[in-house]
Amino acid sequence: MPSLAGLFFWMSAKLENIKRLDVSEPLKLDCGKTISNFPLAYETYGALNDNKDNAILVFHALTGDQFVTGINPITNKEGWWVTAVGPGKAIDTNKYFVICANVIGGCMGSLGPRNINPDTNKPYGLEFPVITIKDMVRAQQSLLDHFGIKKLLCATGGSMGGMQLLQFCATFPDKTFSAIPIACSSSHSAQNIALNELARQAIMADPVWDNGKYALKNVQPKNGLAVARMVGHISYLSEKGMQEKFGRKLQEKADYEFSFNADFQVESYLRHQGYAFVERFDANSILYITRAMDYFDLSKQFKGGLVEAFKNQKTKFLIISFSSDWLYTTKDNKDIVIALNASGADVSYSEIITDKGHDSFLLNEPEFLKTLKGFINTMYEKFKNEKRI
Amino acid sequence: MKNLKMKKEFKVIADLLKNNTRVLDVGCGDGSLMNLLNRDKNIEVRGLELNQDNVQQCINKGLPVIQGNAETELHQFPNQSFDYVILSQTLQAFYEPEKVLKELLRIGKSVVISIPNFGYWKVRTKLLFFGEMPVTKTLPNTWYNTPNLHMCTIKDLFNFCDEKNMNIKKAIGVNEDKTSLIKRSNLEIKNLFSKLGIFLIG
Repeated sequence: MPSLAGLFFWMSAKLENIKRLDVSEPLKLDCGKTISNFPLAYETYGALNDNKDNAILVFHALTGDQFVTGINPITNKEGWWVTAVGPGKAIDTNKYFVICANVIGGCMGSLGPRNINPDTNKPYGLEFPVITIKDMVRAQQSLLDHFGIKKLLCATGGSMGGMQLLQFCATFPDKTFSAIPIACSSSHSAQNIALNELARQAIMADPVWDNGKYALKNVQPKNGLAVARMVGHISYLSEKGMQEKFGRKLQEKADYEFSFNADFQVESYLRHQGYAFVERFDANSILYITRAMDYFDLSKQFKGGLVEAFKNQKTKFLIISFSSDWLYTTKDNKDIVIALNASGADVSYSEIITDKGHDSFLLNEPEFLKTLKGFINTMYEKFKNEKRI
Repeated sequence: MKNLKMKKEFKVIADLLKNNTRVLDVGCGDGSLMNLLNRDKNIEVRGLELNQDNVQQCINKGLPVIQGNAETELHQFPNQSFDYVILSQTLQAFYEPEKVLKELLRIGKSVVISIPNFGYWKVRTKLLFFGEMPVTKTLPNTWYNTPNLHMCTIKDLFNFCDEKNMNIKKAIGVNEDKTSLIKRSNLEIKNLFSKLGIFLIG
């Protein structure tokens, strides 16, 4: 394995070659600061047709990036939503044009805390402005102009991707014909915030973090970041799913070692996930993105609450939740459905029964994928008809 | 039970509704009725359905459907937010039909309810002469696996509406392809010869 410094160098060299939009329009952030001339990294799959009515915008989750499917050129691993997006899949790239952007605050080519602050000529670190879900969404809007897309066929995303989507619909009520928010929430609960705080505290407790200035020394607080990732992974699985997958099985040994090594398979799994993650993600990005999620409260933005947020929606919604998801529960998702209903919006809702927890939206869940496919295909027919009229 | 539902029932229900209205179909099944209403009467439809397969079929047809339980989840719909709320052959399956009916009347300006008629003569003779719980085309389940907790007759529902001051705008008896209006004056006879009762209340 290359050294971390070498790895970062290698990654940033590779990052030079990814698609990037330079957003020149200044963007006034919720925190009051303004960013301008900033990079927005993105990737596309499939082809935009002449009518420009086959575009689907995908919003990624906390640790995702723009490389939705195929092989991620930076990590050389499969894209994060390879189960759902690709030729012949639920989101069929033979038919549809899929766009995904790296969120601002991220570390896959869009403006983030690892970028150089022009005022100091050093990486931003904690000088980077605190961003919100709304800031992320407003930054991505420029991509639609870039491609000349007046209205998307569909926008979708799971987890934080779903939150971005809800924000997108509330902020730009006529920019997408249909929307599929998956396993998300319209505001972060106390438990959601607590788990994110645990992740942040793990990073900040690592002495290498050095108040966010580690990038100056070309290092990464990998112990803290790995623990942060482990917290996430526990929250993505259900109790039952975890028990079935690992139980009390031991990791390649016949009996306890009477030590603090990874005796149990579940420990080994978490350590592996944690330390694999530090090679592809920036610790400060986790701080910024989790903060954005915690600040997310759609009803707070609108007087009169969530119903007001969805007022006059023409977008056709499909909300999907997973029965064993305890991070963004069926109730969280149903609250969105209720608000959409109360505002008179066109909304469908399906709860997929599964033991696989929050992670389900990334896995091969046949019922989920069938629902996704059926909805998008009928929406495409309706969208084409509507445009014809 | 839904699969065996008479197609005639849907036609009768469709005829009761005005064009270009907003309808909530509670227990919408695979969306057949919603599809019919949307296609033929330009009605803006919404469905509520418990079964996941059915929900998926509705979505595949492009019909907006919410997966959920009518017994516990009707509260999510605002007051008088639909012109009609339809409840097809499920009133008898609720724990608290009265509560559900009141919820439907809160959500819809009018409510259309259909019930399999327990007063139908074949149902009566089955119990009277054979001493067994009736199993018929409209009531295909046996006593131990029926979802029906509160079986009632057309006469029962008619009297119930009267007692609770629910205004019956129209009541129709259905037997195979024949339909007829039900009134107080012909209630006994319609109760005997209708397989299905369809009520427009509100």
